[in-house]
Amino acid sequence: MGFTVRDVRHVARLARLAVSEKEAERLVSDLNAVLTYAEQLNALTTDSVLPTFHGLGRAMPLREDAVHPSFSPERALSQAPQVKDAMFVVPRILEGDGEGGAEE
Amino acid sequence: MNLLELGAAALAAAVREGEVSARQAVEAYIQQVQASEPTVGAYLRLDEAGAREQAERIDQASWEERRRWPLAGVPVAVKDNIVMEGMETTAGSKILSGWVPPYSATVVERLVAAGAIILGKTNLDEFAMGSSTEFSAYHPTYNPWDPGRVPGGSSGGSAAAVAAGSALVALGSDTGGSIRQPAAYCGVVGLKPTYGRVSRYGLIAFASSLDQIGPLARTVEDAALLLEVLAGVDAKDATSVDEPVPPYRQHLDQPLPGLRIGVPAEYFGEGIDPVVQRTVEAALQRLAAGGAQLVPISLPHTPYAIATYYLIAPAEASSNLARYDGIRFGLRQPASDLTQLYESTRAAGFGVEVKRRILLGTHVLSAGYYDAYYLRAEKVRTLIRQDFEQAFAHVDVVATPTTPDLPFPLGSRSDDPLRMYLSDVCTVTSNLAGLPAISVPCGWAEGLPVGLQLIGPAFSEDLLLRAARMVEAVTERPRWPWQREEA
Repeated sequence: MGFTVRDVRHVARLARLAVSEKEAERLVSDLNAVLTYAEQLNALTTDSVLPTFHGLGRAMPLREDAVHPSFSPERALSQAPQVKDAMFVVPRILEGDGEGGAEE
Repeated sequence: MNLLELGAAALAAAVREGEVSARQAVEAYIQQVQASEPTVGAYLRLDEAGAREQAERIDQASWEERRRWPLAGVPVAVKDNIVMEGMETTAGSKILSGWVPPYSATVVERLVAAGAIILGKTNLDEFAMGSSTEFSAYHPTYNPWDPGRVPGGSSGGSAAAVAAGSALVALGSDTGGSIRQPAAYCGVVGLKPTYGRVSRYGLIAFASSLDQIGPLARTVEDAALLLEVLAGVDAKDATSVDEPVPPYRQHLDQPLPGLRIGVPAEYFGEGIDPVVQRTVEAALQRLAAGGAQLVPISLPHTPYAIATYYLIAPAEASSNLARYDGIRFGLRQPASDLTQLYESTRAAGFGVEVKRRILLGTHVLSAGYYDAYYLRAEKVRTLIRQDFEQAFAHVDVVATPTTPDLPFPLGSRSDDPLRMYLSDVCTVTSNLAGLPAISVPCGWAEGLPVGLQLIGPAFSEDLLLRAARMVEAVTERPRWPWQREEA
């Protein structure tokens, strides 16, 4: 199955990644090469095989749901591109001054 | 005495006894960094002031304190995807340019608590995605054995630093071979521990089910000493495992009579450079002459490993790298709405290989493709794991070449992603199976190092290190590039 410029646009949108025309063309050929190569996995019968999602086949350990000392808000915010009143600043996502509807 | 000649154990012992000061060791290494960096480019950042400060602290400590530090005064280089509080960390990416982590990785805390001195942060392929260090957003790193060739990757800076004598030991991370392949290309020892053996807290995530931190060193002994400090359970990493940490270094010279070394047919022959194959086979023959048993085996799903890995790793990466969104840290591009902010920040901050992997990973996880690609790959991963389980029923370790070829010239593969991916053919299987694997130099061909890889059952690092020590004992090593420069 060929992977097209349209497919690149679709996954780039899902991944929130702007892709230029030139990049898109290059990505089509790069990703097609890898996906075509990956088709060799279809030669194996895997219907009755259980997937391995994790490197070590052990159950995840549980721990007490206890509060431990953590970063102060100042420290956690210290590397943010834009901060105001101990909060991250982002472009407006709601219309109007207060309780407007969502933009999209 | 030239301090650069001392191994980590010997240097630490001399510092503990006060025969050598940590400050002397640091100055010797800083001098070597200055001599080698113009031609090697192993580091992204040096921390001379911090290194001198830590040296001062060690030299002023009482003997009572110092004698408890297994790495007293040992200069270490740290791959720049492992965070250190207060020191810029970029993971080789523009998207993290200027980012100063507010915390340290557990491995960094362990090193400092063991008396080690962190010299600086080393170069890597952006977010550890690559096999040559050419995908660093900052600069390339050159192989100390031949500056026209790559040092391997993604821990190319750490491997090159150790080979160039600009660090005594180094930390790397390995998702599909990123410690072992550069170790092989630079003629040093590199160990990827069992998944869960070393805490990943503070390692910038690439593919979380595959990533492990491990040591790069000149000798097996130094790697063993470093692993002893790094290994162990950590409350901050729920995937770290509470298994006892053996005194690896102390066990090193215990013999392994009749060691059964499995030699898998799939790792020899087609796709392997005959020069590499001959060098590895000759080393295996020397081990056999010393009493090891070579057992021909088959790991039948090996030919599917690259396809499996290059579906699973990008899938996990696409999820892990979603956090670079321009909101909480790192680069932010100006934008009038939030979607545009995400899209333009990520477009400006990520390099070409990272974009390829994010899009590939997003595709194989997306509706309509998940079962055909991602889920199928995770099932084949089970088959690859089972191959090893069956092999370890009748052999102790598995031996293969670490890489299919000698270090390649810079620029020769960077435009052909699939060809670059195929360089990882010998190393990805142990990440997929969660197994420990070590690369140890086994000979030199055309003046370039060749690595032999040993893979063992989960938590068999003790055995792997002892077996690697046997390889080291039957390998003739030329002078290091930094020793040649002196002559």
